[in-house]
Amino acid sequence: MMADNILEVNHLKKYFKTNRGMLHAVDDITFKLERGKTLGIVGESGCGKSTTGRCILRLIEPTDGEVIFEGEDIVRLSRRQMREKCSEMQIIFQDPFSSLNPRNTVMETIAEGVRVQKKYRTPEQVEKRVLELMETVGLAERLINSYPHELDGGRRQRIGIARALAVEPKLIICDEPVSALDVSIQAQILNLLKQLQKQLGLTYIFISHDLAVVNHISDEIMVMYLGQTVEKAPSAELFRNPVHPYTKALLSAIPIPRVGANKGRIPLKGEITSPIDPGDECRFAKRCPYASDVCHGSCPKLREIGEGHFVACHCFPQ
Amino acid sequence: MSEIRPKDTVNDDSTVLDIQNLTVYYELEDETVKAVNDISIKLGKKRILGLVGETGAGKTSTALAILNLLPNPPGVIKSGSIHVCGNDMLNLSQKELEEIRGGTVSMIFQDPMTSLNPVYSVGDQIAESIELHEKCSRAEAWDKAEEMLELVGIPRERIHEYPHQFSGGMKQRVVIAIALACNPKLLLADEPTTALDVTIQAQVLDMMCDLKQKFDTAMIFITHDLGIVAEICDEVAVMYAGRIIEQGTLEEVFNSTKHPYTEGLFNSLPDIENREAELHPIQGMMPDPTKLPEGCAFAPRCPYARPECISTPQTERSFSETHKVLCSAYDDPSFRIKREER
Repeated sequence: MMADNILEVNHLKKYFKTNRGMLHAVDDITFKLERGKTLGIVGESGCGKSTTGRCILRLIEPTDGEVIFEGEDIVRLSRRQMREKCSEMQIIFQDPFSSLNPRNTVMETIAEGVRVQKKYRTPEQVEKRVLELMETVGLAERLINSYPHELDGGRRQRIGIARALAVEPKLIICDEPVSALDVSIQAQILNLLKQLQKQLGLTYIFISHDLAVVNHISDEIMVMYLGQTVEKAPSAELFRNPVHPYTKALLSAIPIPRVGANKGRIPLKGEITSPIDPGDECRFAKRCPYASDVCHGSCPKLREIGEGHFVACHCFPQ
Repeated sequence: MSEIRPKDTVNDDSTVLDIQNLTVYYELEDETVKAVNDISIKLGKKRILGLVGETGAGKTSTALAILNLLPNPPGVIKSGSIHVCGNDMLNLSQKELEEIRGGTVSMIFQDPMTSLNPVYSVGDQIAESIELHEKCSRAEAWDKAEEMLELVGIPRERIHEYPHQFSGGMKQRVVIAIALACNPKLLLADEPTTALDVTIQAQVLDMMCDLKQKFDTAMIFITHDLGIVAEICDEVAVMYAGRIIEQGTLEEVFNSTKHPYTEGLFNSLPDIENREAELHPIQGMMPDPTKLPEGCAFAPRCPYARPECISTPQTERSFSETHKVLCSAYDDPSFRIKREER
């Protein structure tokens, strides 16, 4: 049976023009995402993970490539058609402080999305729906007329989630949704996201630099380095059997909260290749402990080495 | 007025930092924020203390109080004493304090982007503190600055460059170079790696450990990341609503956790080795520091709380010479938290 893919991204590219040349922020990303699953995207700051998320929603126009959402290439849609599609794809931002309009109450913020859905016409219906959504994300009814500044980070992030849910989306892109929160609140939000996925059959793209969090919530993980996918595998497989030297180094750098657990770190040395007009070579080669001439000669292609396990490395198998 | 002790005088008991019953309030017009409530910390030479807690627990206020740098008003040190290498920090003149800050004690702030001055070269900024504290010539200070830069892994040719020419990790290294330039006895690091990527964080942590060995520096490492604590700290103090609720050696706090809040922190972390494990977040939120309850501030969120916990202040209990816990539940000798039963 064919897998039911809600999203297919083919050769997605985003280049930014700078004074020094073309900055390759996202360079040829391809992946498929099955309905109801979660894809985690990890990588360091500047690797293009947020840009990828935004290109999928066309919040940033991609330079090239296809984004096929439910069988339709949305890159080719007109602005008006895209507006309609937007209600099926939503985004939750990292910073719950700057992503909410400070002059709108909780009610106003969430109701905006509810009204887009033509189902709710009268003010009573809208309010009822807002209250329903607030309950879904665990916000107390009494907060309905509060302003964002009166609430703490965890509650603000819940507003962001309720706002995204208001249009009844199928796909939600979560761009570092818990990075700005304290651990105890972070766990509350992660549990909420998991529970909503089960309840509403949502599909997530979960972007984060925290590997422990991504591992916890994702079915599949894609590791990005300077705009490219270096490795992609089911979460358990990626952690059990990382192949790419960068993935290995990244996993070994996670501090584990257990006495004596942090041993055998792989240090990364050397300079980071500039994302501006990169040459045809492996972008990780300058920091890679295994790099050889072939790595500087051409950029490795992503290939499948096990079931659902893709890697882009000249050195595999070593 | 007491004389400043030169930082090379070895204390009889080699205690670098001694805080007794420190209480810090922020007195605002119509309310008082009780940021730090009666905490005591003792730290020996070369030891690293991890000060753990969530936003608003009072970690940074504690660090600022040590340097006597609390913004005043509204910050007031209500009671307590702070001694750094035998110097009574709360009773020194402004001039004496300036000599100690950056010399005997220095601090690394969380955000390397805002703690460097954008219009001076990094060399100027490192040499400035050397020139002030070591009383040497400008040329000597620059030589030392070059050395420091190399020590933190930045080529010395880059000394004339400006902060914007460095990446985030490198900027944080420059900040560390400034902090360590005068061989301080005590370093206060306030979330020094939070703004950095994991691989860069690993490099910076390794470097800080090396430098500790080299300079015999004691450190207070403020963080909310228990993974980092496990990696570099010798001792741990967990803060909640301005109190240290559990304190002990790394092994004691991590391997025989006693306080329900500490347990809650561990349960909130995704386990990287077991992705199926469910998260058990602590319910609710931290209390408003302007309205702290009579009893245990954690009681409203605590799964083990009894009615007495809410009405009466917690009692302190020692499980060993170093392991202290602020929790009344242990008045019942048979009480155990779930983590201990594993």
